[in-house]
Amino acid sequence: MSGYQPLQPWSWLLAPMLVSLFATIIIATPVRFLGLALPEPVFPMTLAFAWAVIRPSILGPFLLLVSGVFLDLFWHGELGLWAFCLVTVYGLSLLVRNLMVGQSVRVLWTWYGGFTLLAYTIAFLFTAAEARTAPNLMNTAWQALVTILLFPFARRLIDTFEDADVRFR
Amino acid sequence: MSFRDGPLQDLKIPLAWTATVATIIAAVASLALLLDDQRAAAKTPQDRPQPVRSQFDEAMGPVSSLFAAPLRWAGAAGDYLKDYFNAVDENRKLKAEMASLLQYREKAFALKNINARYEALLKLRTEPEAPMVSARVVDDVRGSFSHARLIDAGSDQGVKIGNPVLSEHGVIGRVVGVSKTVSRVMLLTDVTSRTAVLVNSTNARAILAGDGGDAPKLSYLRGKDPVKVGDVILTSGDGGLYPRGLPVGVADQDALHQWRVRLYSDRSSIDYVRVMLFVDFSQLVDEAALNTRSAPPVTAAEKAQVEAAVAARTASPRPGSADAPTPSSKPPAAKPAATQKPVSQKPASQKPAAAPAGAQPPGPGR
Repeated sequence: MSGYQPLQPWSWLLAPMLVSLFATIIIATPVRFLGLALPEPVFPMTLAFAWAVIRPSILGPFLLLVSGVFLDLFWHGELGLWAFCLVTVYGLSLLVRNLMVGQSVRVLWTWYGGFTLLAYTIAFLFTAAEARTAPNLMNTAWQALVTILLFPFARRLIDTFEDADVRFR
Repeated sequence: MSFRDGPLQDLKIPLAWTATVATIIAAVASLALLLDDQRAAAKTPQDRPQPVRSQFDEAMGPVSSLFAAPLRWAGAAGDYLKDYFNAVDENRKLKAEMASLLQYREKAFALKNINARYEALLKLRTEPEAPMVSARVVDDVRGSFSHARLIDAGSDQGVKIGNPVLSEHGVIGRVVGVSKTVSRVMLLTDVTSRTAVLVNSTNARAILAGDGGDAPKLSYLRGKDPVKVGDVILTSGDGGLYPRGLPVGVADQDALHQWRVRLYSDRSSIDYVRVMLFVDFSQLVDEAALNTRSAPPVTAAEKAQVEAAVAARTASPRPGSADAPTPSSKPPAAKPAATQKPVSQKPASQKPAAAPAGAQPPGPGR
């Protein structure tokens, strides 16, 4: 486990955001392995959770807004859909931050899984309202599961920066 | 003195509060974007240009293409090795396939000839051959809520919004966004995609509705047993978005006995596509011009024809009808025929603009 680093906006906000968007572009390459298409997880979900656990931030929600708009444009979805879901996850994580800080990995993963499912439920409902038909449940559950499996990335970010600001230990 | 007792303790509450306020502002902004996008989609048809998305796609095209290149090269190298080691098997398989296809070739020539003669005899107005543009897929969106691809051909190559896109196996979708060098293709599996199709064996019409899964649903099927498992599904051409007869897939039933279509385009990865530069007559119609232009003036010959027809009709009314002449009534020929308003003099604006019968309802757009 790496030691903690001081909280510079570039290191804990901007760089992880760029990495997550880069990962989104990479995973969208038109390639199949053994005839199966790659899943399409929401990488910035890890940031929405980890940033709130590390420390409240003014810049965080706006960067999530930008990331969400990027996802919506890149995926040709409804503009604002993932932006709203990510900011909602950030806000709720911030709300229950005191319950999560210092908990074991399993508990944090459960919280992260719950927030991810909530975000997918919101996206599902908005999409169903717009398309006037319910999106495929199996596919939605599969994508949500893959996003939940990204928790180790959120955990790594939390481990790296959670002790950096003593005011929010 | 610890940190908690120092001056930093005062910063804790303001930061938490300002972060909360920032979160609320970001949430409201994103919700406003979302609602505005939904309202705009409900107001305007899907096939309207969206400049922000077009500019974004234009910017992302080269980036995605750059990242896709190494994977494409790796795939090509793998294919080369596979072809090298499987050349003998492949050769045998192709020879057998060619032998079976040869008999169909002769039949196809004969049928094509007969078909052309029937079309000439019936004076059918068939659709002209549409030119094609080949393009490479540079990114592939396959999430829960949208299925789309970005291709490296745009308005510079003549691609327009609404053009059908095909792989070597069949239809994959249609163009929903165009910029100069790239285009966005919405796949048949997208949750907002609706396509008018027909069942080849029964000619039954249906709407192919994507739901984000691999096999889109067949909706609005009518009649008794309109489709069987294994039936070939083609585009029907209704609504004018696609030409008639493009191969789509094969009918199948899911676990809930709902009809779905196994797409031909799913047979292999879609790396290259063809854009059909197809423009349907409904896309050529200028509704505004139709509504403002008045009908051509009636010629003297037409006027005489109408007068003669009216005179003939009034001279021999149906027995028992209200128009039957009584002995005291005026002779019909004395009635000035010019007062009868000919139908052709009605202004065109009274009729709605031409819309194809059975036009598919426009799907909700983005």
